[in-house]
Formats: sequence, C-alpha cells, structure tokens
Amino acid sequence: MGDVRLMKGNEVIAEAAIRCGCDGYFGYPITPQSEIMETLMIRKPEDETGMVVLQAESEVAAINMVYGGASCGKKVMTSSSSPGISLKAEGITYLAGAELPALIVNIVRGGPGLGTIQPAQSDYFQAVKGGGHGDYKLIVLAPASVQEMNDFVDLGFELSFKYLNPAMILSDGVIGQMMEKVELSDYKPRWTDEEIEKISGSWATNGKKAGSERNISTSLDLDSAKQEVFNHKLQAKYRAMEENDVRFEKIACDDADYLFVAYGSSARICQKSVELAREKGIKVGLLRPITLFPYPTIQIQEMLGQVKGILSVEMSAGQMVEDVRLAVEGKVPVEHFGRYGGIIPTPEEVVEALEEKILGK
Amino acid sequence: MTEEIIIAGFGGQGVLSMGKILAYSGIMQDQEVSWMPSYGPEMRGGTANVTVILSDDRISSPVLKKFDTAIILNQQSMDKFEADIKPGGTLLYDPNGITRHPEREDINIFKIPGAALAAEMGNPKTFNMIILGGFLNVKPIVKIENVKKGLEKSLPERHHKLIPLNIEAIQKGIDSVENVQVL
Repeated sequence: MGDVRLMKGNEVIAEAAIRCGCDGYFGYPITPQSEIMETLMIRKPEDETGMVVLQAESEVAAINMVYGGASCGKKVMTSSSSPGISLKAEGITYLAGAELPALIVNIVRGGPGLGTIQPAQSDYFQAVKGGGHGDYKLIVLAPASVQEMNDFVDLGFELSFKYLNPAMILSDGVIGQMMEKVELSDYKPRWTDEEIEKISGSWATNGKKAGSERNISTSLDLDSAKQEVFNHKLQAKYRAMEENDVRFEKIACDDADYLFVAYGSSARICQKSVELAREKGIKVGLLRPITLFPYPTIQIQEMLGQVKGILSVEMSAGQMVEDVRLAVEGKVPVEHFGRYGGIIPTPEEVVEALEEKILGK
Repeated sequence: MTEEIIIAGFGGQGVLSMGKILAYSGIMQDQEVSWMPSYGPEMRGGTANVTVILSDDRISSPVLKKFDTAIILNQQSMDKFEADIKPGGTLLYDPNGITRHPEREDINIFKIPGAALAAEMGNPKTFNMIILGGFLNVKPIVKIENVKKGLEKSLPERHHKLIPLNIEAIQKGIDSVENVQVL
C-alpha cells in the first residue's frame, strides 16, 4: 500500500494538487474550503515542485489568474465555496469560451446569497447548467469520499486537457470537512516547457515559434458566422464527453424494485438508507452519478424496465431531480427528497421519504 | 465489525482529537474509518461533536442518526444524544457537570470520572485520553498498541514525548470505568 493517511477532504485536494504536478493554485479564502489554501501554504510546494500558490486579492482576480496560467498551457486551479464561485462565474465562462483547461473546486455551502457555512448541494444548476453566460458546459465531477477527492484532482486535469474545457469538482462541506482513510497518489513531475510545447503548443501562448502563427487566447469573435461554427465545435465536444466520459456507480441495483439517485455526500447517506430499507424488506438500490456533466442519462434509462419508482435525494430544494425526470420521460414516478439551508438529511429520513413518496403511491 | 460512535461535549475538551486518535488507531489495524465533525459557528466556545465510524467493510454514511456508542461529556450532549443510542447500545459519560443522569433501561450505561482523574494526574489535557481509555475498556475495538501507533501518526513529532503520558491516561481510564444501573 502507498502513502495512507487520515485526512480531511479539503486537505486532500491540496495534497493531490501538489502530487499531480499542478503548476499553480490561485484562491481566496471562504468557509468551508479554506483548508485547501491553508494546506498548500503550510506545504510550501514552491520549494518542492515549483508549484505557485497565491492568495489573490479577490475571487475575480483568482479566476483571471487561472485564465492567464491556463493560456500558457499550465495545469492551474482555483477553489472556493458557493458565493465565491458566483463571483468566478464570469471567468469560468471565459475559460470555456477560450477552450482553456483548468480545475475549479466548489465546496458547496447553503445559499442563496451568503447563506450559511454548512454543507449543501444547491449549486447543481450553477455547475451543470451554466452559472456563467453562453452555451457552455463544465465537466463536473462529484466525489463521494475523501479518496475520490484525491483521485478526482488528477482526473479533473486529465479530462480538462483531453477536451480543452474547464472541469469542476463539485463537493460540499461534508466531504470537505470530514476525515477518512486516503491513499495518496504518487508524485508526478510538473510538465517541462518541452512537454507543454508538445501537449499544448498548438494553442498555448507559450511563446511564438518562428514560422508559425501567433496563438491567441480569446473567447471573442464578432463574426457571427464564425461564432456559430465555433459553437458547433463546442457542442460536438460536449456530445463527445457524453459519449465517452460518463462515470457512475451502481450499488445494490441488481434486484432493486426502487431506486435512489444521489451524488456526493447524499449518495453516502443513501448507501446507509439502502441498508436500512433492505432490513425492512424494501429492495432499493442506488445509482450514483459520478460525473454530473456528462450525466448518466442512459444508465438511469436502463433501470426503467426494472424499478417501479425513483427518489432523487439531494441537499437542495430539487435540482438534479430535473435531469432524472428528463431521463425517465414519465415512465415511472420520480420524486425528490431534500434537506437544505445547511441541514444534512439522516439515512432514516431518506427511508421515510422513500416509503411516503414512492411506496405510498 | 462496524462501530458507529458519537463523541460529544464542549469545544476544548479534546472531543475532535479523541475521535481522530480513535480513527487513526482503526487505520493502524487496517480498518475503514470516517470522522465527521460538527463544524461551524457553534465550535467557537459551544458544543462540539464528532461521529467516528470504524468498520471492516466500506463505510456507507458518515452522517448518522443512531449510534452503537455515545460518549457524552456535558449536559447539552446528554439531552441531545441519549435518545439516539441504538437499543442494546452503549452510553459512556463523565458525571462531572451532569445534573440529569441517563434514564434509558435498554442500553448499557457506564460512567467515568474523567475530569476528576485528569485533575488527579495534574494535567487537564489528559482528560480526553482518560475517556478514550474508559471507552476501550467497555468496547475494546482497537488494540492499545494500535492506539499508540495512532498517537504517533496523529501527533506532530515535537509532541511525541507526550505519548507515554497519554498511554498512562488511557490506562487510568481503562481501570476506572463503572457500570451504572438505571433504577
């Protein structure tokens, strides 16, 4: 076994960034994710790998530093929590519009507005449907354990460079603040200038080469015809993500009569609810979307011949449930159960909701 | 084996670090562990609690409503968590500052005078390790040698000289638990 530790999800994001060869982190503190930058500051990776860690003057500055670093072909990231991600939304759509790879971590807290510092999943729409303006999508990864906080940093960078599109880790205060056993990844060296030229030289602003055109990093094109062609290209990219990079996990689905759909910390709670419900003789399974975009629509549809009803469980007033309903197209009842404003549902509550909203039908 | 534990008391009593040492001890014997604190404004001077789970299997929810064991270190936590112990489960508490003692008859209740023993040892910081010792007497789910390894892993090197004192406090706790009959 490798380097096994007991760590908070937030601390692991920082450690995983250093180990995956990240070139730069730009952030601004906000609860419940401040441990990410705190851990980086304590670790001082600039001495070890040369990774830059910088506390910007604001969230807006941080996301634009990410734009700058990403334009140069560097592996760069930022993190924040809900209100801070709203401030970064402009920069995020510019990254998508300029086809730049970057990793954005959102450790969600309850909203709207400044809301609360307690965990929530009420930024699903913002992460999956937009947040910023324009027809763009983020690759959205939803870790459900501290181990996945480690694994998805590297995966997020890998996917964002594969598609030249920003990726987001959408987690919350539960996974960010809890400690679990984690096996940390082995160190990967940061890319050299030669490697960056090889991987990203066709688009990165890493110095004009003699005899080649300048690379320009921009999301602006005033020629509408060209802009439409560009949008076609983006859409083709998003369809390719749907084709190739849907990730999900099924738990106790083989003999399930009913189904929970839940991601992140809610999926952990639902795993317990599956155990409790089965003790009562209710055969329920759990489908856990790991990528929220691209969404496991087909995988939900594949369950429709088998299950009699679906309960979408989220710490929100009902956001992901819309994507479940789009997949189900009215073929079986789909209901939502959620606690929000920073309240975490208990596994028992989820079972009660299943009995009342789905079995009661 | 899965043991679902809540440790609850005041901020500053070492509730979170006791949970962390217990969780690290679980890792030392190859178990899955989770440590889920209450965090937020109430941490600053108010109550603090942490849910710790040790299991031989993958852990489902880190957030629980019902517990195998509750370790209760103040009255507010007694009021909040006594009802959340599973029937047949365990309640361990320090009677210091407790005005309403536990009343349930379907659980096993133990008390340990942690605050008094820590004062006797001349070091109030040993309090949480005395309580941990009490727990390990009642539920020996981790071996003392693994607790020692857990302490080595979770304490910074400069504090390693305090490990013998911590082990002494754990031993004191092990020797000082008292079974309580609800009358």
